[in-house]
Amino acid sequence: MDLLTVLLEASMAVGLAGLGAGVAAIAAGLGIGKIGAAALESIARQPEAAGDIRASMIIAAALVEGVALFAVIVCLLVVL
Amino acid sequence: MKKGFLLLLAVFAMQTTFAQDSIKTESKFNAGEMIMHHIADAHEIHFIGEYSLYLPVILKTNNGWDCFSSSNFYHNPKTTTNAAGKEVEFFQYKDYVMYHEHIYMVKDGGLVLGEDEEVLNESVSIDFSITKTVAGMFLTILLMILIFGSVAKGYKKRGIGAPKGLQSFMEPLILFIRDEVARPSIGKHADRFTPFLLSIFFFIWISNLLGLIPFLGGFNITGTLSVTLVLATVVLIVTSFNGNKNYWRHILWPDGVPFLVKVILVPIEIVGVFIKPLVLMIRLTANITAGHILILSFVTLIFIFGQDSAAAGYGIGVGATLFMVMMNFLELLVAFLQAYVFTLLAALYFGAAVEEAH
Repeated sequence: MDLLTVLLEASMAVGLAGLGAGVAAIAAGLGIGKIGAAALESIARQPEAAGDIRASMIIAAALVEGVALFAVIVCLLVVL
Repeated sequence: MKKGFLLLLAVFAMQTTFAQDSIKTESKFNAGEMIMHHIADAHEIHFIGEYSLYLPVILKTNNGWDCFSSSNFYHNPKTTTNAAGKEVEFFQYKDYVMYHEHIYMVKDGGLVLGEDEEVLNESVSIDFSITKTVAGMFLTILLMILIFGSVAKGYKKRGIGAPKGLQSFMEPLILFIRDEVARPSIGKHADRFTPFLLSIFFFIWISNLLGLIPFLGGFNITGTLSVTLVLATVVLIVTSFNGNKNYWRHILWPDGVPFLVKVILVPIEIVGVFIKPLVLMIRLTANITAGHILILSFVTLIFIFGQDSAAAGYGIGVGATLFMVMMNFLELLVAFLQAYVFTLLAALYFGAAVEEAH
């Protein structure tokens, strides 16, 4: 009985870590999607500023992705 | 074209049943272990098959210094059983035992594992070995010296004249960092920080790229926390030592803020001084390591399938290789992007440090 509970706890931790990584992926997708949408709209409104807007979009996307990757690293630490 | 796509989709749809099988049975191929082995540091640079470059192991123990080639370790595998009764492999040479690339002193004639799989041998005092990551950093430094030495010589020879050769390739990149990153972010004192920013940018970019070259031993230089920790610490030191009175006043005693808000804001700002480089560190490590894990996962797909039947392995190999090549291209973009973001944020921190009061 003890073995089974231990096994259940261990596999539940790993399962929830997988779920956490999935949530991180959803969050990253949502965040970067919003950034991309705003950038596309701004370029449509003012095509001359496309270069500046593109640079800002890439920087913001890298920052948001960084946060999502914290979550991935934490989930990886749970699994290992 | 459409039929081919549907066929590929069907193969991927059947994926779950195969994968379940190889997890339930005691399969000899452990995907997680292989991926971790390729991400982690090693004492050899393994090219292909039996060909490796054995790096020197330099140890300081209580009996003094010891230096030998790591081939002594890798050619002496031994096994022992752990608490769960499973066979674990380690390497032994003279008085030293290497388990999972950590070097310990010999105990009871070999490796001793405790109840929770922890190692009961004592570690060596200091391990100065040239590991794969250190060798990769030396390679990066060598490349940078070669490239920029040649560029500098070109400028000395040609002066204001038109650039030729390697100089004409590096000049747009260098000017990009100076004119798009350093000068807009830092303003008047940009030239004080530009050499550092250029060094950091090219070091991170070349290190990232080295990790993407297949068969070059799979370096993971910027994916190790130790390397990025040092880079972030240097940024923190440069920012703090160059911070003028205005910078520190903004952190410790912001003006135009009611006192009660100051009580909450100042601790947050102080913590922020340390958190900003910490975030730089984690962002770089996580991006690069995640990219490597992703590419390696596609490779392990082939092996997982290939276990059940060689034909399935070959079949999935086509799709997996395509995905892997695609991910490699994405990783090329990420390599440049992460170097650029690190440099840009460092420039912004320097700019905030030397900003004059408005």
